[in-house]
Amino acid sequence: MSEQQATSKSADGANQDLLEKLKPMNLQVLVMLFAIIIIMVFFYFMTDGSYLTTRNVSNLFRQTAITGILAIGMVFVIISGEIDLSVGSMMGLLGGVAAILDVWVGLPLSLTIVFTLAAGLILGFWNGWWVAYRKVPSFIVTLAGMLAFRGILIGLTDGTTVAPTSNAMSIIGQSYLPDMFSMVLAVGVLAAYMIWQQRVRGQNTQYGIQNEAQGMAFTKYAVIAVFSLGIVLLLNDYRGVPTPVLILTALMLIGTFVATKTTFGRRVYAIGGNVEASRLSGIDVEKTKLRVYTMHGLLVGVAALILSSRLGAGSPSAGNMAELDAIAACVIGGASLAGGVGTVVGAVIGAFIMASLDNGMSMMNVPTFWQYVVKGGILLLAVWMDSATKRRA
Amino acid sequence: MANLIEMRGIVKRFGPVKALDGVDLRLEPGKILSLCGENGSGKSTLMKVLCGIYPHGDYEGQILFEGEEVKARTIKDTEKLGIAIIHQELTLIKELSILENIFLGAEISTKGLMDFPAMHKRTAELLKRVKLDVSPQTKVGDLGVGQQQLVEIAKALSKKARVLVLDEPSAPLTESETAILLDLVQELRASGVSCIYISHKLGEVKHISDDICVIRDGVHIATKPASTMTTDDIITMMVGREMKQLFPREDHDIGEVILKVGPINAWDISNPRMKKVVNASFELRKGEILGVSGLVGSGRTELMECIYGCYRGNHEGGVELNGRPLKLASAREALVQGIAMVPEDRKRNGIVPIMSVGQNITLAYLNEFANYGMLSMAKETNAIKQSIASLRVKTPGPELAIRNLSGGNQQKAILARFLLSTPDVLILDEPTRGIDVGAKYEIYRLMFQLVKKGISIIMVSSELPEVLGISDRVLVMHEGVIKGDLPNENLTQEIIMDCALSEGTAQ
Ligand SMILES: Nc1ncnc2c1ncn2[C@@H]1O[C@H](COP(=O)(O)OP(=O)(O)OP(=O)(O)O)[C@@H](O)[C@H]1O
Ligand SMILES: [Mg+2]
Repeated sequence: MSEQQATSKSADGANQDLLEKLKPMNLQVLVMLFAIIIIMVFFYFMTDGSYLTTRNVSNLFRQTAITGILAIGMVFVIISGEIDLSVGSMMGLLGGVAAILDVWVGLPLSLTIVFTLAAGLILGFWNGWWVAYRKVPSFIVTLAGMLAFRGILIGLTDGTTVAPTSNAMSIIGQSYLPDMFSMVLAVGVLAAYMIWQQRVRGQNTQYGIQNEAQGMAFTKYAVIAVFSLGIVLLLNDYRGVPTPVLILTALMLIGTFVATKTTFGRRVYAIGGNVEASRLSGIDVEKTKLRVYTMHGLLVGVAALILSSRLGAGSPSAGNMAELDAIAACVIGGASLAGGVGTVVGAVIGAFIMASLDNGMSMMNVPTFWQYVVKGGILLLAVWMDSATKRRA
Repeated sequence: MANLIEMRGIVKRFGPVKALDGVDLRLEPGKILSLCGENGSGKSTLMKVLCGIYPHGDYEGQILFEGEEVKARTIKDTEKLGIAIIHQELTLIKELSILENIFLGAEISTKGLMDFPAMHKRTAELLKRVKLDVSPQTKVGDLGVGQQQLVEIAKALSKKARVLVLDEPSAPLTESETAILLDLVQELRASGVSCIYISHKLGEVKHISDDICVIRDGVHIATKPASTMTTDDIITMMVGREMKQLFPREDHDIGEVILKVGPINAWDISNPRMKKVVNASFELRKGEILGVSGLVGSGRTELMECIYGCYRGNHEGGVELNGRPLKLASAREALVQGIAMVPEDRKRNGIVPIMSVGQNITLAYLNEFANYGMLSMAKETNAIKQSIASLRVKTPGPELAIRNLSGGNQQKAILARFLLSTPDVLILDEPTRGIDVGAKYEIYRLMFQLVKKGISIIMVSSELPEVLGISDRVLVMHEGVIKGDLPNENLTQEIIMDCALSEGTAQ
């Protein structure tokens, strides 16, 4: 084959190929959006409309926050080909630590936050060190953590609830942002995003890489702007954007950036895709895994602060089974437990789906046992659909 | 004579890409048909269509078996007809024994209980037929690649194959192993098994086939009796132009010693008492191409892995680069210090299958495209485009998952990965395995460009013509010992073979 043939073929293939690549990705997002719509409509009718009041939608978003934040950390762990079962206990323990510092020690809020997050880092580091450097399978390391962290929590609190937390503490989980503030922030972030995207286009042109049509890009910006400002307006209609939702959104954006635009993120995907090839390409597999777990621990700390603040207490049973919600959210969001595949946004949408189900079923007064059965069924269904569509492709 | 298999006007698309564009193929009973073509020309795809891996309806065109149309939906359907395929990448399960592999999914059982004596007897017969003298209980992972290939054939025969499709079976084999394989294929032909044989090694193609079918870019070029074609004819038809010379030797300056290796000793991973590398030491000069020849199992790969710092078994010994001693601790350190290695086993150690071609290429030198850990996509994409163009990786676009590329093009992409930066020493372990003649030529040219820039290259290869064709100096290894360190002047294949089997070690 001559050179001209080779290059011309790949050049005109590139545009079409982009479409080909977008198709399956969009399919995944579409399926999830479709699922969300079905859930919404279903509960709307079952609850005579109270499911979709702005008040409940606001609640729904707030409930997504904790699972969503856990899922952001978890999805990195899963992409790297590992698992973390200790999340629920770790969140309980960190939440307990936060409550103890706040209620018993009486530290100011800022120090409580700093110490809780530091403790999160340490626990994450602990898990990561055993997995990465001591080569103990992550299933076992984190199963051990699941038991031990819960045990420490019960020991620390003596099995009692640590309450009530201070007023300052309740800001994290219970407050709402002023309407104007969230609007200005949203517009600011959107503007920054557009400027950044336009600069990327400029760079592309500089390197002779073809951009998508400018019109197409503007349409994309418009859709994103309408969607996000719409959500802000909706939340403002009740009492404003809940602080945990702001935290979730910020972490989601940072998480997406880390996963797609940094060397660290790329290496996490590579390790999950083929550890040996990654090692031989000079990637420090151990260090990367350690970092993934440490970062995850930090995120669990954030979730724990929100949890204690919302409950107004540290409880020995807090965070029970949260690991399963987080794992389910990742998997529903398209992550593969085999490693190498997954997105942060997908995981957060997965968390939103889980929260929608929880919320709707409690509004309908569905007995708890049914709630578990339904959630289990949805998880199974999501993974089955994923593997069924993959097999056909 | 009536055709056993006839494929007519096969068209196969992957999205917008047409991998096959109206290919015809005819196989007569009791004949060996070779399929030749460049990397990505569609050979493997055509065979996957034939074997029902791409089900009926997924492609256009017709397949006839003994004159009757086949509309296979799965590989089981074609197995029933007696078509068996041995894939480009080995598919045996390393943890299981030969017996278990052969009867995987087709166990002989009575009332649900496995009939081990019957399977044992049958496996022993099959192994005898493929001339493999090992116990059926041997774990496949303990066999060499060549022996594994024979087990694959035994497995195909166990399904009463009448047509055997071999997709680049000889790529990982040494010359002697290949000879055994070719004898076996010819014997099978004598016993009535037809064969479709894919290989980039045109010598063996010419040697065993009755007919040769050449395809280029998914289009059927010609099918002719092997006796009427020379290897040059085949190359011309494959490449679409004449290739005057296979090894583009160029003069280049050789400088001071840059790398001092050894003495290195290494022990086997699973059997720590067995030595794989014995007191190996050598030197490499700046801008030199050092060929390392030896049979599979001679310790070449282990020695290279020790130098690159990624050998997993016990090993000792040092490496000195530019007069500085290096620790043999990890691939990462080796890369930082200026030693890069393209690994031998592409599927296990090379590609990250689900990542895109582009991301696979930039994996090793990701930091070059980042500021404070943040990637510059434009810079990265630009570099990817350039690598794809300069190595002529045939892909519809850099976004495609690398597992969808043809085997040879995957190899080129991995090569591109380690050429993104300029290391001092580049180790290439079987760099041209599974690569077509045209692309080989490109790779050799690239190697000469690199040495002219002052990079030193160690090239491990089982193909003696290649070693003789481009090395400045040749190391001969045998059973872990460096038997000879010979300047490539008036060297012949015989001298190298004699050296490998001689007593004593090199001075
Ligand atoms: N699943 C797929 N998706 C997209 N393109 C594909 C897929 N499978 C194969 N192709 C394309 O089809 C073409 C033919 O590939 P094929 O594997 O048949 O080549 P080949 O002749 O066997 O090459 P080699 O000698 O390198 O093994 C290639 O260009 C490849 O990129
Ligand atoms: Mg092939």
